[in-house]
Amino acid sequence: MERYFHEELEAVRSHLMEMGERAVESANLALRALEQRDLDIADSVIEGDDIIDAIETRIDEEVARYISLRAPVAKDLRLLFVAVKASHDLERVGDEATSIAKRTKKILASNETYRGLGRVPDMCELAISMLKEALLSFIQEEEDIAHQIIRRDKEVDALNRENFKEFVELMKDDPSKVDVYAEMIFISKSFERIADHAKNISEEVYFLLTSQSLKQVIKEETKS
Amino acid sequence: MSLVSLRLQKEIKMDTPAVDSQRVDRNRPLIRISDFDFSYGDKQALFDINMDIAEHKVTAFIGPSGCGKSTLLRCLNRMNDLIESARINRGKVEVNGVDIYDERVDATELRKRIGMVFQKSNPFPKSIYENVIYGLRIQGIKKKSQLDETVERCLKGAALWEEVKDRLDTSGLSLSGGQQQRLCIARAMAVGPEVLLMDEPCSALDPVATAKIEELIHELKNDYTIVIVTHNMQQAARVSDQTAFFYMGNLIEMNATDQIFMSPDKEQTEAYISGRFG
Repeated sequence: MERYFHEELEAVRSHLMEMGERAVESANLALRALEQRDLDIADSVIEGDDIIDAIETRIDEEVARYISLRAPVAKDLRLLFVAVKASHDLERVGDEATSIAKRTKKILASNETYRGLGRVPDMCELAISMLKEALLSFIQEEEDIAHQIIRRDKEVDALNRENFKEFVELMKDDPSKVDVYAEMIFISKSFERIADHAKNISEEVYFLLTSQSLKQVIKEETKS
Repeated sequence: MSLVSLRLQKEIKMDTPAVDSQRVDRNRPLIRISDFDFSYGDKQALFDINMDIAEHKVTAFIGPSGCGKSTLLRCLNRMNDLIESARINRGKVEVNGVDIYDERVDATELRKRIGMVFQKSNPFPKSIYENVIYGLRIQGIKKKSQLDETVERCLKGAALWEEVKDRLDTSGLSLSGGQQQRLCIARAMAVGPEVLLMDEPCSALDPVATAKIEELIHELKNDYTIVIVTHNMQQAARVSDQTAFFYMGNLIEMNATDQIFMSPDKEQTEAYISGRFG
């Protein structure tokens, strides 16, 4: 039996999706600002972060209200926990995108030239695809999608290590560019963190759908 | 019919049970209780109660047993007149600006305007049809088309029509507990009240029947002002727009339900709703 207040849960779900779309867009734009050396795009990422933060606050309020007034249990209650945790992860994705945009602006302001972006675009693509799939697993309620995302985080970690080595080598080759490549190392780390948040969200969605810890499930699978 | 009851009738629009929801001012207090003290004999049950009850909202009264919430509810349609020792020491209750304890107000007329649903469903040992139109029969209304229309409208309003439309001549007592309670709500609606007072209407019902009554309350507020007494705080949180917390005959706090359950102003309220006393 659907109750009149269940639409409030749908509102939470819908705000989480909106936040996810905005976080994905921010990460995409952050890479584009870096690739195209575009200050306007970098500024739009920084400005957009306030909207993402505001949605997180709204979700927190909606969840607190629902728990206080509706006495949710079972999947409804898990959805609310997941909404709070996932919205925090998405807020952090927005912060990482903002950090990338600010570092891009610093690089552009220094007028330094640099040799390529290493594997940063590949990392970004992978991290964003993980994030999109984590959101898809939430929309479609498919725990298998969430399960698959976890393993791909290691690929992103490997790319980050590769970037680190490459940027350190570039610093050694041309010490006058240390500042630029230091920023690149931080940018690479930010995309690696975005992938971590995507992994967290997939774990949260898995818990929502199955009541089980995905970490524990993977540990059991690895044992057998 | 007395002049005052006619005046009251005019003031509270007795012939317009189906109010155009677009035109309703949802913040206007329909009921105003001022400086109200009430006793049963020597025992004072309510102390200096002041509150406004908004039109077309659900207002919940909560508090531990003996706190005075049911007493106040019964004061709103003068049900306490039936108790010999009951006495108002001070203050007044106004409905649309009319003091309902004015000696010229006809209490029976008042109770048509302010209906009541009790803790235990109390259908009469009559058919479902006759239960609904009982009040109209007493008023001497005999026109079959009017009675038929009232039965269908009120049973639909009480979300019971689909379940009983093919057996209106069976006994009201043959219905389940939840259905009986909805039948009592339909019966209260039939005389065209503006206000429905509900005294623990779900306390004898299972969770499914309770959910149906709560859904019904949510629907009914479009047409009625509802005041509900409940021991179930989750129910107050789910169904009401404003909540009043009583303790030992005092109104401790009244506010929007969100505010009461998320961030009450008074420590006593917080202690009660979080199960720390009461």
